[in-house]
Amino acid sequence: MRAVSRASPAGLAGVALLLALAAASLFVGAGHLSLARLTQDPAAWTLFAASRLPRTLAAVLAGAGLAVAGLVMQTLARNRFVEPMTAGGGQSAALGVLAVTLLWPAASLPMKMAAASAAALAASSLFVAVAQRLPPTQPLLVPLFGLAYGAVLGSALTFLAWRTDLLQYVEVWINGDFSGVLRGRYELLWLAAAATGLAWWAADRLTVLSLGRDASVGLGLDYAAMMRLGLVIVSVVSAITVTTVGMIPFVGLVAPNLVTRLVGDHLRRATPWAALAGACLTLGCDVLGRLLRHPYEAPVGTVLGVVGAAAFLWLLFGPRPARA
Amino acid sequence: MIRIENVSLTRGGARILHDVSLTLPKGGLTALIGPNGAGKSSLLSLIARLQPLQTGRISVEGLPVDATPGRVLARTLAVLRQDPGVASRLRVRELVGFGRFPHSRGRLTPEDDAVVAATLDQFDLTPLKERFVETLSGGQRQRALIAMTVAQATDYLLLDEPLNNLDMRYARDLMRRLRARADAGRTIVAVLHDVNQAAAYADRIVALRDGRLVAMGAPAEIMTPETLDAVFGYRMRVVEVDGRPMALHHL
Repeated sequence: MRAVSRASPAGLAGVALLLALAAASLFVGAGHLSLARLTQDPAAWTLFAASRLPRTLAAVLAGAGLAVAGLVMQTLARNRFVEPMTAGGGQSAALGVLAVTLLWPAASLPMKMAAASAAALAASSLFVAVAQRLPPTQPLLVPLFGLAYGAVLGSALTFLAWRTDLLQYVEVWINGDFSGVLRGRYELLWLAAAATGLAWWAADRLTVLSLGRDASVGLGLDYAAMMRLGLVIVSVVSAITVTTVGMIPFVGLVAPNLVTRLVGDHLRRATPWAALAGACLTLGCDVLGRLLRHPYEAPVGTVLGVVGAAAFLWLLFGPRPARA
Repeated sequence: MIRIENVSLTRGGARILHDVSLTLPKGGLTALIGPNGAGKSSLLSLIARLQPLQTGRISVEGLPVDATPGRVLARTLAVLRQDPGVASRLRVRELVGFGRFPHSRGRLTPEDDAVVAATLDQFDLTPLKERFVETLSGGQRQRALIAMTVAQATDYLLLDEPLNNLDMRYARDLMRRLRARADAGRTIVAVLHDVNQAAAYADRIVALRDGRLVAMGAPAEIMTPETLDAVFGYRMRVVEVDGRPMALHHL
């Protein structure tokens, strides 16, 4: 996150926004919580440490991870309209867990996570392989293919779950929701944060990929190896998010698009900004979901569906970015 | 030296290159000419290891292109494909900076920064350096891509139709710059469509047709009505202007 801290008033404003949202997230919810009660009431402290803090961290980690995964995927596919969740990554991760659950019910959580990651990797690899074969003159074919591809995988998932009577179980992964996040049940999301760090580390080389295969080879980049690294980042983030909090749509699409409009496609600059934007968007939508029908909740997936779709339409049809 | 031995290429059942053997000495500017579909771009991309060699051998400076690590080759040879489709939100200085990738692997050193600044200046790109590539005109983008390739600072430079999209002034500028680099001992191979540019600036012209080598020699040897007819398939007048041959190919 060096670039953000080094940077501009805009970076500071972004961090301040994230902190404000985090504070709101810590003190908004069905159970009443205030700073005064926190110091006096041990039950309030338990609520804070076991639920509110993990929930806030989960939203930040998942949002940042998905935004960076989206940015990486858009770089690999050389297309701005793809995101990991809807283009098969999320559905295949859920398929992977379901398969392990059926074949080997005693599997531990890390094993399920590994299966989810492997399934997401296979699905994302296939997606990018097909995306590269689609004509670059028709950029909308890629997201259309992604939607169809994700829908097919999603149908397979639903069918399998229905036949095995596990539909309710699967619902948990399909609908992103932070309300079930408790201490001890979100920590794997730190791995998604680590994958984000990997993207930042490899930012220069991943950006070379965006110049296309020929330019990458000409510059001496191991194109295939870099492609694999990018796919691993995308898959791990997708799989971990799906298995811990469920599918969260649009973050991977809206946050990177917003960011690259302003700071450009160089991942060295765009990665920290995308992480920040994704965290703010996800956390903001989660807080909003808790406030809309207080004390009841709207799941973050639903809120993001509405907010994200509106934001995306604005990105598509709104004012063009100024010529820098 | 670029050594090409018995190279053939088949794609989708069609013969693109037919047993091409060719040796280009170190230093100098070579123009590759020929009609559309002659195999010029394919030959260039084989030399630059952008596609796998099917038969034959190619080496650059003694390095076999199919067996040398990409990183090593990238410090010997730079290539610009025709229309690489880079329309991204990279700033011009970032794009040109990627030319330094083989040397610094991404993190630009002060030395890299100096090379990038000098190259931007050379190609009149300094006023555009903060612009996103996607906002440039076709000619500006072409200049930025050439600048990236030149910033790679390799002894060998392969350019596929570098004059595409350039206006007369920038086309002339580029040819003069390439000439100066060749005079400084670098080896440049460029696919050119305008035989007169080739005749005016190249040391030697290599002519391909239907995947075969038809002619090779100094401009004066190639720029004859008979040879040009053999290459392009129609008769054109060749006149001499200020001691240089000039084909009236448009008449």
